[in-house]
Amino acid sequence: MWRYFAPAAAFLALGALFAFALMRIQNGTLDVREIKSPLIGKPAPVFTLPLVTDPSQSFDSRSMAGKTYVVNVWGTWCPACREEHDSLLQLARVTGVPFIGIDWKDDGQLAQQYLGQLGNPYQQVVADAEGRVAIDWGVYGAPETFLVSPAGIVLAKHAGALTAAVWAEKFAPLVTSGGSR
Amino acid sequence: MIPELGTLALVIALLLSAAQSFFGLVGAHKNKASWMQSVMPAVAGVWVFVSFAFAILTYSFITHDFSIAYVATNSNTELPLMYCIAAVWGAHEGSLLLWILILATWALLVAMFSKSLPLPFRARVLGVLGMIGVGFTSFTLFTSSPFLRLLPAAAEGADLNPILQDPALAIHPPMLYMGYVGTSVAFAFAVAAMLSGRIDPAWSRWTRPWTVAAWMCLTLGIALGSWWAYYELGWGGWWFWDPVENASFMPWLASTALIHSLAVTEKRGLFKNWTLLLAIFAFSLSLLGTFLVRSGVLVSVHSFASDPSRGLFILGLLLFFIVGSLTLYAIRAPSLRTDGGFELVSRESFLLLNNALLVAAAGLILTGTLWPLVMDAFNLGKISVGPPYFNMVFMVPTLPLLALVGIGMHAGWRRAALASKGRRLALIAGGALLVALVITMGFYGSIGLPLTVVGFTGALFVMGSALIDPITRWRNKQGMSRAALGMAVAHFGIGVFVIGISGVASYKIEKDVSMGPGDSAEIAGYRFKFLGTDNVHGPNYEALEARVAVSKGELPLTELTTQKRKFKVQTMPMTHAGIAVAWNRDLFVALGDELGAGKWSMRLQYKPLVRYIWIGAVIVALGGLIATLDRRYRVRVTADEPAPASADEAA
Amino acid sequence: MTPRRKRLYAIVGILVGVGLATAVALKAFDNNLQYFYDPSEVVAGKAPSDKSIRVGGMVTKGSVERKAGSLEVQFVITDFAQSVKVSYTGLLPDLFREGQGIIAHGRLHDGMFVADEVLAKHDEKYMPPEVAKSLKKPVPPAPEGST
Repeated sequence: MWRYFAPAAAFLALGALFAFALMRIQNGTLDVREIKSPLIGKPAPVFTLPLVTDPSQSFDSRSMAGKTYVVNVWGTWCPACREEHDSLLQLARVTGVPFIGIDWKDDGQLAQQYLGQLGNPYQQVVADAEGRVAIDWGVYGAPETFLVSPAGIVLAKHAGALTAAVWAEKFAPLVTSGGSR
Repeated sequence: MIPELGTLALVIALLLSAAQSFFGLVGAHKNKASWMQSVMPAVAGVWVFVSFAFAILTYSFITHDFSIAYVATNSNTELPLMYCIAAVWGAHEGSLLLWILILATWALLVAMFSKSLPLPFRARVLGVLGMIGVGFTSFTLFTSSPFLRLLPAAAEGADLNPILQDPALAIHPPMLYMGYVGTSVAFAFAVAAMLSGRIDPAWSRWTRPWTVAAWMCLTLGIALGSWWAYYELGWGGWWFWDPVENASFMPWLASTALIHSLAVTEKRGLFKNWTLLLAIFAFSLSLLGTFLVRSGVLVSVHSFASDPSRGLFILGLLLFFIVGSLTLYAIRAPSLRTDGGFELVSRESFLLLNNALLVAAAGLILTGTLWPLVMDAFNLGKISVGPPYFNMVFMVPTLPLLALVGIGMHAGWRRAALASKGRRLALIAGGALLVALVITMGFYGSIGLPLTVVGFTGALFVMGSALIDPITRWRNKQGMSRAALGMAVAHFGIGVFVIGISGVASYKIEKDVSMGPGDSAEIAGYRFKFLGTDNVHGPNYEALEARVAVSKGELPLTELTTQKRKFKVQTMPMTHAGIAVAWNRDLFVALGDELGAGKWSMRLQYKPLVRYIWIGAVIVALGGLIATLDRRYRVRVTADEPAPASADEAA
Repeated sequence: MTPRRKRLYAIVGILVGVGLATAVALKAFDNNLQYFYDPSEVVAGKAPSDKSIRVGGMVTKGSVERKAGSLEVQFVITDFAQSVKVSYTGLLPDLFREGQGIIAHGRLHDGMFVADEVLAKHDEKYMPPEVAKSLKKPVPPAPEGST
């Protein structure tokens, strides 16, 4: 009496659909949110901002040309940023990929104190006090992390805390291919 | 130290759930009485440890322990105590803990109140519940622990999302989860029955009160959510066909069908396969809802932070329970074919139709909910399915249902002799139509939408029909079983509910206006005069309050206040509407933005009969409560005894 | 009536009912599918101008304009590649503001998107800085007392 298996089969099909959708969400090819980051595959916005560590000097993102690098948008006000701070320190050390920090709408003093006490994962960390650069990058909230190719193309984006697992899944495959070029 | 105790308690609860599941299922299979006996203490243990974990999280919220990430992200020192407690289930991790606590509570109740059931059956039911407990406790521990530390601790918390700071919302999730999770009890009964291979009237009689109790909680939970959305979030809308709402409504439809199908299985021993399937469906749809809301595959106004890895875990759970139980069903079902016929016009037929219509509605709503995901997953475009679709696929099956309910309540089993009550029903139907015409044409001055008159007539017919039996019996000084009374009350409530929908859908008036202090605007004969604005200080927000005087003609009615609140920590603005309630309508004012030139935008609404939507739902739930308390569910019956047949059998 | 014939009637009745319901449902379904477009697609002319659609993007800084005292408001939404001008008359949602992502329902009219509903969405865990003033005295990272 195979017809009694129909409900189970129907549910399996539904499950397959969900699994398919979830896998696509996880590998970044599907974004169910309607307002997505349109930057992926496009040139990374260029910015020049003062350094958090020394506001008299500034950093120009064009100086990163030819390297794969990470842009991490954070703030001392953001609990999830602190959640990810340890993995940032670790990832920056282990992967050797330079991390550029954008300290978003924050107090420079506090940011210095924060990095001094928790450790600084960033090769350079700049202050976006008014949040203009964050708007260029289409940032909705912190933390958000972008991976930029040597040619200056945004390869991937992650919203929310960057963990080693997220790195391994979303960023690492792109780093090797980008770095070898 | 304290949060680590919470984690420890959850780990112990997980192990005990595993024991509960193992000894329950394997013990029943091997027929080892001592194994089966050990299930009950395990159930109690699970409850104690989950409650302990829950108490710890609550304590951490009350003491503002911001070294816990979940507490730091969802509360604040200025948050009032009541919301500190409600914040425990304000986001994903804590609400899962609540989920587990409620599951443990249902299991405990089943263990306590099912002492009369045969031991192997009881062990199996608790074993299945234990298995669900293992699934969700490990989900919490491994993907969503609320006890994770934030080191170093935050100085101050990020506060609870302001839209959740509301009394109705504080009790909405627990109520809704009681219903959601309650479907697991019927599911466990169904799986236990399939494992033991016997489904008889006694089985249905054991299952019914649990199913009705869960269904009652689900009804109240959904109604609370709708009420909250109405005044807090929706600016006057009471149902949005949002995926999260659909996720709660589909199990309700399936449970409603299940309750009715169980009646047939109990009284006539029919529809066994169908009943089992519905019990599985109701629970499956609950799980599906949990999955949709928490995995991030669907976009919703109030979805949880999306996380695909959590999604995969729940998907695994989902497939395990649903496909597992459906496979078991496929193996068992062929041997459960029932004999015994019934006439075309009989209570069985009515209930079958009722089931078909309810399941069709659930299926169509499911399709509409999932379609955007299907399209998106296969790159066919981003779409959304508009509310008119849902309204349509909901109304088409349910309007005929009203007529069926009205007649079916009086149809006898096997073969209905409707003639005796036929004349009275026809009279009620005629009267209902007449009153509907008076309400629409007379009172509101138009027949409204194409289905307005149909809606009112159907609603009044059901209400009238539901009253026949209670009134006759009361007149003749006859008693009535609680089950039958509960049924009448619930059906009466459905009628009240439909009155509310018909009224508000057909005659509501909504107007956005630009007003400065001293200006007035008029809708539906009510005059709204904007008096001015004040600054107001709340415990954790600042607000701008607008005062609006409402009058009808020359008669002043009331003064309403509506606020634009700005929460100190989350700086997110929130509109708090002013509502004037009367028996026949709500008047609704919501303050918008400052438009310049001394003007403000305001939304004025006239919502006729809207209260009856929630009043109806409460009456429906009340009917459920009455039916659960029926004496025959409490009588100690041995397994082989046939169901006591009484004259006034409830459906 | 013989039982067989009765069963036949019942089946025919159910089939007709199911068929009718399916037809109604399909029709309702077809009429109520709203497609979503981002500003780039709208500018590229991919969006129909005669149908109700949804457009989403971020409200461009400084683009919100309204005549003083008027309910009508105009603003620009962008996907950082292209922009679309939106006009809306009525109350804006609480979460509407510049720099916030929004979704508008409505129709295209001469290159302008005339919205009949504007929705602002809010993601939970990850938050804009305004939300996160949370840590008024941010980070006292001294790990005292927490072991």
